[in-house]
Amino acid sequence: MRDVNLKPITALGLDLPQVVTLGRWTLTERTDVALASLAVRRGRLADVQALASAAGLPLPPAAMSEQGAVYAAFWVTPEMWFVEAPFASHEDIRRHLLAAFGEAASITEQTDAWVRFDLVGPGLAQVLERLSNFDLAAAPSGTATRTVLEHLGCYLIKRSETLVSLYGPRSSAQSLHHAWVVAAQSVL
Amino acid sequence: MTQSNRIAGGQIDRSQTFRFHFDGLPYLGHPGDTLASALLANGVRLMGRSFKYHRPRGPISAGSEEPNALVELRSGARQEPNTRATVAELFDGLTAQSQNRWPSLKFDALSINDRLNSFFTAGFYYKTFMWPASFWEKVYEPIIRRAAGLGSLTKLEDPDEYDKGFLHCDILIIGAGPAGLSAALTAGRSGARVILADEDFRMGGRLNAETFALGDQSGADWALAALAELASLPNVRLLNRTTVVGAFDHGIYGAVERVSDHLPVPLAGKPRQTFWRIYSKRAILAGGAIERPIAFENNDRPGIMLAGSLRAYANRWGVAVGDRTAVFTNNDDGLRTAVDLQAKGVDVVAVIDSRENSELLPGIRHLRGAEVTNSAGRLGLSQITVRMADGRTETLKVNALGVSGGWNPNVNITSHHRSRPVWREDIAAFVPGSGEIANLLVAGAAAGSLSTHGALVTGDEMARKALEGLGISAISAKLPKAEDAPVRIKAFWHVEGASRAWIDQQNDVTVKDIKLAHQENFTSVEHLKRYTTLGMATDQGKTGNVLGLAVMAELTGKSIPDTGTTVYRPPYTPVALGALAGRGRGHEFKPFRLTPSHKWAEEQGAVFVEVGYWLRTQWVAKAGETEWRQSVDREVLATRKSVGICDVTTLGKIDIQGTDAGAFLDKVYANTFSTLAVGKCRYGLMLREDGIVFDDGTTARMGPNEYVMTTTTANAVTVFRHLEYCRQVLWPDMDVQIISTTEAWAQFSVAGPNARNLLAKVVDQDISDAAFPYMGAGNITVGGLRARLFRISFSGELAFEIAVPTRYGDAMIRKLMEAGAEFDAVVYGTEALGVMRVEKGHVAGNELNGTSTALNMGLGKMVSRKKDSIGMLLSQRDGMTQADGLRLVGVKPANPAEALKAGSHFLKTGAAATAQNDEGWLTSLVYSPHLGHHIALGYLKNGASRIGEKMRAVNLLAGTDTEVEIVSPHFIDPEGERLRA
Amino acid sequence: MIINHPILGPRDAQEFVYLGDASLIHRPDGLTASIEAFHDYTYLRANPAGLHRELWYHEQGDRSWLVVTRNTVTHEITSVELARDVARSEGRSK
Repeated sequence: MRDVNLKPITALGLDLPQVVTLGRWTLTERTDVALASLAVRRGRLADVQALASAAGLPLPPAAMSEQGAVYAAFWVTPEMWFVEAPFASHEDIRRHLLAAFGEAASITEQTDAWVRFDLVGPGLAQVLERLSNFDLAAAPSGTATRTVLEHLGCYLIKRSETLVSLYGPRSSAQSLHHAWVVAAQSVL
Repeated sequence: MTQSNRIAGGQIDRSQTFRFHFDGLPYLGHPGDTLASALLANGVRLMGRSFKYHRPRGPISAGSEEPNALVELRSGARQEPNTRATVAELFDGLTAQSQNRWPSLKFDALSINDRLNSFFTAGFYYKTFMWPASFWEKVYEPIIRRAAGLGSLTKLEDPDEYDKGFLHCDILIIGAGPAGLSAALTAGRSGARVILADEDFRMGGRLNAETFALGDQSGADWALAALAELASLPNVRLLNRTTVVGAFDHGIYGAVERVSDHLPVPLAGKPRQTFWRIYSKRAILAGGAIERPIAFENNDRPGIMLAGSLRAYANRWGVAVGDRTAVFTNNDDGLRTAVDLQAKGVDVVAVIDSRENSELLPGIRHLRGAEVTNSAGRLGLSQITVRMADGRTETLKVNALGVSGGWNPNVNITSHHRSRPVWREDIAAFVPGSGEIANLLVAGAAAGSLSTHGALVTGDEMARKALEGLGISAISAKLPKAEDAPVRIKAFWHVEGASRAWIDQQNDVTVKDIKLAHQENFTSVEHLKRYTTLGMATDQGKTGNVLGLAVMAELTGKSIPDTGTTVYRPPYTPVALGALAGRGRGHEFKPFRLTPSHKWAEEQGAVFVEVGYWLRTQWVAKAGETEWRQSVDREVLATRKSVGICDVTTLGKIDIQGTDAGAFLDKVYANTFSTLAVGKCRYGLMLREDGIVFDDGTTARMGPNEYVMTTTTANAVTVFRHLEYCRQVLWPDMDVQIISTTEAWAQFSVAGPNARNLLAKVVDQDISDAAFPYMGAGNITVGGLRARLFRISFSGELAFEIAVPTRYGDAMIRKLMEAGAEFDAVVYGTEALGVMRVEKGHVAGNELNGTSTALNMGLGKMVSRKKDSIGMLLSQRDGMTQADGLRLVGVKPANPAEALKAGSHFLKTGAAATAQNDEGWLTSLVYSPHLGHHIALGYLKNGASRIGEKMRAVNLLAGTDTEVEIVSPHFIDPEGERLRA
Repeated sequence: MIINHPILGPRDAQEFVYLGDASLIHRPDGLTASIEAFHDYTYLRANPAGLHRELWYHEQGDRSWLVVTRNTVTHEITSVELARDVARSEGRSK
């Protein structure tokens, strides 16, 4: 093995994830979560369900997310989920999932395709309504959806009334971050 | 100046005084005033000049229907023309200027037009400026342009921000008068998600302008109590200063919230306005009614206004427009103005009532069966002439006249989907027609229920109806007792007279113009509108339209319903373009996508180019390089000589897995992929179904059931969409799963004779030619970190593309440059990339232009006919396969010292430069530092068999005509020895 | 417009990309079809004033292709189905 020690940077181009507090809201860049897509191979749904259950991996219904002991998952499209796991233990998340699912599912590394921002605070809908047409206030906790913010296709997961995770295209992390800050200032 | 016309009462805060300026003069007003109410309080009636005749004008209304009192609000970059003074909320320090006058409002040079009025009648432009035709562009148009328009633009950039947003509700209620409040109370108490929007800063509608009691409260107090209750309900959102401007499909409404227009400047970080897209399941229009005037000679003088507005100024704003007032009406509502004003101590000289049999008002001179025939007063009303029932005329000294021709239900939004209002004889007005907007209900005066009681009851009823549709059980409020006077009106439109009687004051359309339109057979309402300009411009005929078509009905002898009416379009009131743009302007017009090496490239002083949302390094200037070509030439030469590195992350990457992945690729690519060995990659050509080339790129087989496709940067999204279409719609049973991984990997091209030597210092595996041959692909590691390596080349050199997880991309470019130092490695940008691909004869965007076939590109053999693929069959059509069709060729100047010009067309030597002689065109042009002259690619008729031919490249726009030689498109290493090194 | 997605419920049409007539499902096999038949498939469309079955792609959603039955005169949408289900029921497979 070469002595090549590459040092990662965050999607915002910094050494450490950024935390911004604006009034009652905090925006935190999360770099400690690994992400992969898991799509059922044709006709293998029952197998995938059984294997997921054995691996402790939740497979939530359409438009929902679910947290398991190690893995969490959110629905993306019929018979496809994004799986989250702690980065520290699952940096190579695809290898973990391949071991669990074999040829029953198609698994693709997604960690670095996205930037994840966690939005924390009361009344997040007040900010989000300036950015996205998604009806956050009416959505039950656990809802996961794709939506558009600042022209960017994002995944939005309402984990609770005061916590929303936003996955946006990693290359546009700065634009997305800026859009959120501007919208929050507009409300405050 | 004192507030000479201010009287007691009203909903203004007299504890605070605002200073403001109009046309440079200082005035005082109070919170709660509009600019119009404050000016009227200061005795200012004259606020503008009319569009065509430059007649002196004052406000005729107290709301957004105002046609006359348009001003330029604020100054400098925030100056806004054509702002209605009647809805501009007063703030301390406000400045406004009158418009459409020169040199001053009181003396306006162009008021000469008024004397020349016989020339400026309907159809004036059509008739006057027709001949001679040659005069139009040079003479007429410049004159018209100078004279036309009202206010002026600042031409400075708007310093304010605008927001856009999205709101959701069960029931949207438009208008917060008695009907809207009643609907909101029922809907809100029943637990529905309600949005109540009103364009006014103070909700309550006519309740604020009237003196009736609701139960034991005043209307205004009842409105305040209702609003307090609504504000306490978490399921109700109150949006004042918010105009619903349009009804769109499926319950979507557009609304503009004027967040900061009542402030001198927006607070830091706050938008000036917000454009809301409101998603509703049901909507209730409670937009009230708009009063209409009666036309009579010289009915447009400042001081003459709608009777209900005159009353509103007194009741809501504590303003008596004049101290000697008269009222001219054809209905009972007009009488209320006289009663209210008299109760406030204003001298009511007379009520002129066109009806002969109305109930006599006590204590007021009530002239029944009478008409106002004319008015006088140079810059404002000073007297009116009245023709009594017995034919006698009398002159009355008055400085304010309220006119009521009845009330038009505000049907505007109901006709946004082309539904036509219908005539109701009993109230002499149009009400919303059938075929209305789905899930839109109409309540109160907008539906023709013109009493307060009617508004409250229908508001409640419509809320119940909406709730029932939503499956929510209704809890109704107990409605207070309110006035329920019947509408007593006898339609009366205009007083016959010799001179001009105004119908549409904004466009200076008079009864005479309608008569002329009739005479010249423009009798349909749509023709009438266009011929006379009735109902155009900022007010869209809110006060004048019905009057205009009633006059036309009279002239044609048809009934009003038979005459018909025009319909309204969005927006209800003018919308600032900034509000529609939201934050999307300047450098925030679109988001940016930054490549993994962006931070490093910025440090190097790279010049970036926008490619869609991406910012890519175009070149990196080194010390001493002052011309872009110096940098690009250096990057190309250094890469070909030793090694260069380019960030190619922007190319689309799509992960394709499943047991049918190979078969699927055989369908979407013209060539075959199911036979590709694991660990290898292949160039693929993707066609559209019509046989034209769609996209190209290299696809690698990473495992038996796993491929990685690359697309061009430009088509990454459309190719993905196309693949989803193929797998879901065309071949739904294929076992194939796809997902984009464009952003997951930071990918760098390492190209040049030393590419392998450089990479060998970085990767953990053996990448010798034997271990990793040309077109090899595989998973490797970089210091233990998972990575991917592809031996592919776009430059024609020995080249690899190496990919690491994106978060390591910044470290990777630094590592590659560090490892490459001993080889004098350079970074090359998109310009050098372009030069090298042209030198190698690879097609790119300029050749993949949406009209070219594989055959045109010299890639006809790639289209396999042994299998069915998208576009295969139609690429074989007649017309796509001619032997003498366009083919890709290389082009160089016959004299290497000569430059070529992009966009040139190929012509035979000696042929005239005409379209008939056109033989093709130059697609891509670069300077090749390797060859030391310009080189180009192009499409040429029968090009493949014309290698060596001398032709001309002609660019008529640039005026160039250059001798060129047609050559092979492969300018360097045609045998591909470098690639396989 | 609002499209009532069969899985996700009402979604704004802004999230979708429009393709066109759902007759595109019936793609002839390029190895057996005549060029004329393929030409008709590729280019010929009815243009009804009224109900129209059309393909929409939920690009900013779950990436489902949908068959939307829409009245081209009123924009009323009477049915929304997953295109994959429709394609299978109309005989498409591999």
